[in-house]
Amino acid sequence: MMHTTASSHLTLPTVRAKMSAHLSYGRVNLNILREAARKELREFLDKCAGSKAIVWDEYLTGPFGLIAQYSLLKEHEVEKMFTLKGGRLPAADVKNIIFFVRPRLELMDIIAENVISEDKMHSPRDFHILFVPRRSMLCEQRLKEQGVLGSLINIDEYILDLIPYDGDLLSMESEGAFRECYLESDQTSLYHTAKGLMTLQALYGTIPQIFGKGECARHVANMMLRMKREFAGSQTQILPVFDSLLLLDRNIDLLTPLATQLTYEGLIDEVYGITNGYVKLPPEKFAAQKKQVEVGKDLPTEPKKMQLNSAEELYAEIRDKNFNAIGAALSKKAKIISAAFEERHNAKTVGEIKQFVSQLPHMQAARSSLANHTSIAELIKDITTSEAFFDNLTVEQEFMTGVDTDKVNTYIEDCIAQKDPLIKILRLVCMQSVCNNGLKQKILDYYKREILQTYGYEHMLTLNNLEKTGLLKPQTSTRNNYPTIRKTLKLWMEDANEQNPNDISYVYSGYAPLSIRLTQVLARPGWRSIEEVLKMLPGPHFEERQQLPAGLHKKRQQGENRTTLVFFLGGVTYAEIAALRFLSQMEDGGTEYIIATTKLINGTSWIKSLMDRPEAP
Amino acid sequence: WRARCREYDAIWDAATLKESKRAVNSIRSLVEEEDEEDDVEKVSWSGEPVGSISWSVKETASSIRSTGEVRDQSFPKINTAPSLPKNSSGYSLSSLFKAFGETSIRNYAPELRKPKSEYKVRYVYSLEKFRSLQDKLLLLDEAVNAHDGNVITAVLIYLKKSLSKENLFRELITREIALRHYIHFLKEIEEQKLLVELFKSLDRTEDMALMQYRDHLNIRDENKRRDFLKSCLSLPFSPDDATHVQDHYTLLERQIIIESSGQADIFKKYPRKASILNMPIITTLYYSCFYHYGESDGTYSSPANIRKTFRISDKQFLLTCLGARAKLKAWFDVDALFTTKNWLGYTKKRSPIGFHRIVDILQKNNAPVQVLQEYVNLVEDAEQKISLAQKYKCHDVIINTYRDLKDRQQLIVYRGKVERGSSEYRKIEEILSNSVR
Repeated sequence: MMHTTASSHLTLPTVRAKMSAHLSYGRVNLNILREAARKELREFLDKCAGSKAIVWDEYLTGPFGLIAQYSLLKEHEVEKMFTLKGGRLPAADVKNIIFFVRPRLELMDIIAENVISEDKMHSPRDFHILFVPRRSMLCEQRLKEQGVLGSLINIDEYILDLIPYDGDLLSMESEGAFRECYLESDQTSLYHTAKGLMTLQALYGTIPQIFGKGECARHVANMMLRMKREFAGSQTQILPVFDSLLLLDRNIDLLTPLATQLTYEGLIDEVYGITNGYVKLPPEKFAAQKKQVEVGKDLPTEPKKMQLNSAEELYAEIRDKNFNAIGAALSKKAKIISAAFEERHNAKTVGEIKQFVSQLPHMQAARSSLANHTSIAELIKDITTSEAFFDNLTVEQEFMTGVDTDKVNTYIEDCIAQKDPLIKILRLVCMQSVCNNGLKQKILDYYKREILQTYGYEHMLTLNNLEKTGLLKPQTSTRNNYPTIRKTLKLWMEDANEQNPNDISYVYSGYAPLSIRLTQVLARPGWRSIEEVLKMLPGPHFEERQQLPAGLHKKRQQGENRTTLVFFLGGVTYAEIAALRFLSQMEDGGTEYIIATTKLINGTSWIKSLMDRPEAP
Repeated sequence: WRARCREYDAIWDAATLKESKRAVNSIRSLVEEEDEEDDVEKVSWSGEPVGSISWSVKETASSIRSTGEVRDQSFPKINTAPSLPKNSSGYSLSSLFKAFGETSIRNYAPELRKPKSEYKVRYVYSLEKFRSLQDKLLLLDEAVNAHDGNVITAVLIYLKKSLSKENLFRELITREIALRHYIHFLKEIEEQKLLVELFKSLDRTEDMALMQYRDHLNIRDENKRRDFLKSCLSLPFSPDDATHVQDHYTLLERQIIIESSGQADIFKKYPRKASILNMPIITTLYYSCFYHYGESDGTYSSPANIRKTFRISDKQFLLTCLGARAKLKAWFDVDALFTTKNWLGYTKKRSPIGFHRIVDILQKNNAPVQVLQEYVNLVEDAEQKISLAQKYKCHDVIINTYRDLKDRQQLIVYRGKVERGSSEYRKIEEILSNSVR
């Protein structure tokens, strides 16, 4: 029972349809978007007639995996796949070579190298490039300079703006979006956002109401309205699925991503990092699940990779719970499964036995799912019960409640002295700064000196970046308005219930994410009630209406929920998503949420994207 | 979470995880046989579902062997798959040309309808029909209005070629968005020099300085890097950053000297794990305290000199020094770090950091109990002192503290914890029998 021998793959009875089914479960059938993207891909592949090999920009395989499997490519005569590398392309007896790449200059140089070193006499192959998500003048210019532009038969783009990530979640998977928007003032990703929203409207109907808060939100809304005018002729005749769109700038809520997420999924992301819906885990805990005999023989050293999405019943149930409620949830599930297996003793007749056997596959899936999550929970528990985690959390909670944010914090000091990872330090210092509306110059200088002396002077580049984005700043003469914001929006709930939550604050065990409070207040009673606070947050807030073609006005049934698309420009955390799902599920909530973002982030990946010299992994 | 955290641990351990694990295991043994026919999706060990793209890339790349028949695992086919609207960048380009009226469309748009592989060549050509400065700027403004970064860049590439940089810079100053794209474009194609000039003309001197300074990261050779940093010193940084860059330069200069100096025997006894070049200053200080302790203040490699040159705080200095000397088990040096003499010649132990932390650091470096207890004794808070002493088994400290507190009860309790007949035991006995009831 070895796991990766090639032979074991070949004759698999798979229930692959499951892979995408979870996209259709939600309020809005996001599988439509996925199908559209797949159709587009098939069309492109058919353009290059004959057998083909795809050369992948490795980064793209993750996002593409959310759209299509190898089988789709195979159906369209893709016979080989390679990773993009310098030098000569591997031999493959195919008519077409297609490069699937991001529009990046360094990748163009590699493509040029591949094309130039191709032996034209012996294997005449046609070259094509598919840019994802956009073609780029700059790249084509570079190919021209390298003298290979003429050798490319086909240059096309595959517009993958919004990737369906889960039943209620879309992501552009654009890592640099926050940095580009708020540090480099490059709004290209906002343009893609607007384009993606236009695509969405083409498939799901015009969204009648647009709300927003922040500079980037304003910008995206403007572009959308403009694009709509340009498309005026080709109005979609689709009954609107979404009632409203809420655009939120990440920089109106810099605090939330800095805090340690305390939901199950959030903690998995904090500890191990989730990329494109997958997580890599240390293999030890999972080895034990294999047959005992084998354990000694070949203990796996490669990390165990697992897919995490709502297609897995148990995961869908527990992902958004506070971690402190996970133990109970798992044990409850264990009892149910045990009981189901016990049923076999009661199965007496052939019919009953048959019935039992027919349920076995499902039960086994549930069992292995339970085993996996029990192991993950154990791994995470080791961390959450450590002294270091507890101390860190204590300091975070002090800051969020406004305790001693105007002094040098001794815990941060100690962490620097012990040379804890720099990103941890930066998260804490930025959090203190955000919760104090900037640090006193003397304190800021002190932290900066300690950081530069301990971690290296070159990090002044990173500190500069943090200051430019407002994550770290000196206190100006204006008073600290964070306490007002906290009180008005009830950002801190003293008695957050982690087991049976009644408020979104459970996702951070007390802290209610500001971004989600804004969303909640917008739904009821409306932003007019918090004008004062909105003014304290950066950027304008606005409301726009889009005209619907006659006859497409939705007639709402009594008690029918509204559907709102919340778009986070610059990233969203899993804990925020959990909070929105919580609001969707509230009985008297009245609104269901679909979530979209430029990128799924956590404090660490976020700060890292702002560093000029990220630490070695 | 907060205070409740601990409570939950217990629940966790005892009840939940173990229970669900047990359940999982018991179920497993029940159904072991059926295992082979598992109907769930097969996943290779790396976790990629078999048939996923990244798995396949690995597979076809690593072996030429045919993957054989992979069963059709595609999704239920939706015959009426919806189409995405065709609004690729070509569209924005044509809308851009629309802005120039009918004639322009006739002139330029036909090219856009050609297959893309052709249009790119002619399209660059077609931009060249915009001759006058006024036309060019109109083109740029229209591109900016279309918001498509790709189009803006295309126009900028053309303007860069066809306008003098003075003209281009001047016009960009009033066009914020185009300017950002231009900066991004120059960064991408690594036209550092032009970028520097641009920043200068924009009076964004600090950005320029930082950008130039950033380049040191790409220089491997330490001497070249040092010289480069030196050349950065004259750049117009903010006052704070200027200090940091100066320190950075001085540090590397020192490190190059320190790297090749030192007494051979200590290096033989404790071989270096890595070079000191490009390490942070605190690491350098640690290194100096380890390998160059006791050198006179005048030498570049001495701790005292480094401390002074880089204005290292008392706390940081003490912590670093303590760490290095404790690592070497140089307890005498450790002792000296805290000893101060007043004018009468009496010695006293002082520390800028609480002694409880000193104890922790010493303990981590495996200091013997005799050393530890001296510092535990210096902890001011009595409760903290006792708890530290208990943690590190400093019997004398505990016994003396209870004696001083005249806490007979605690002494009796403690007597029960130490080994019968040991020196601690006898000491407690002695105190108990001597003390006045």
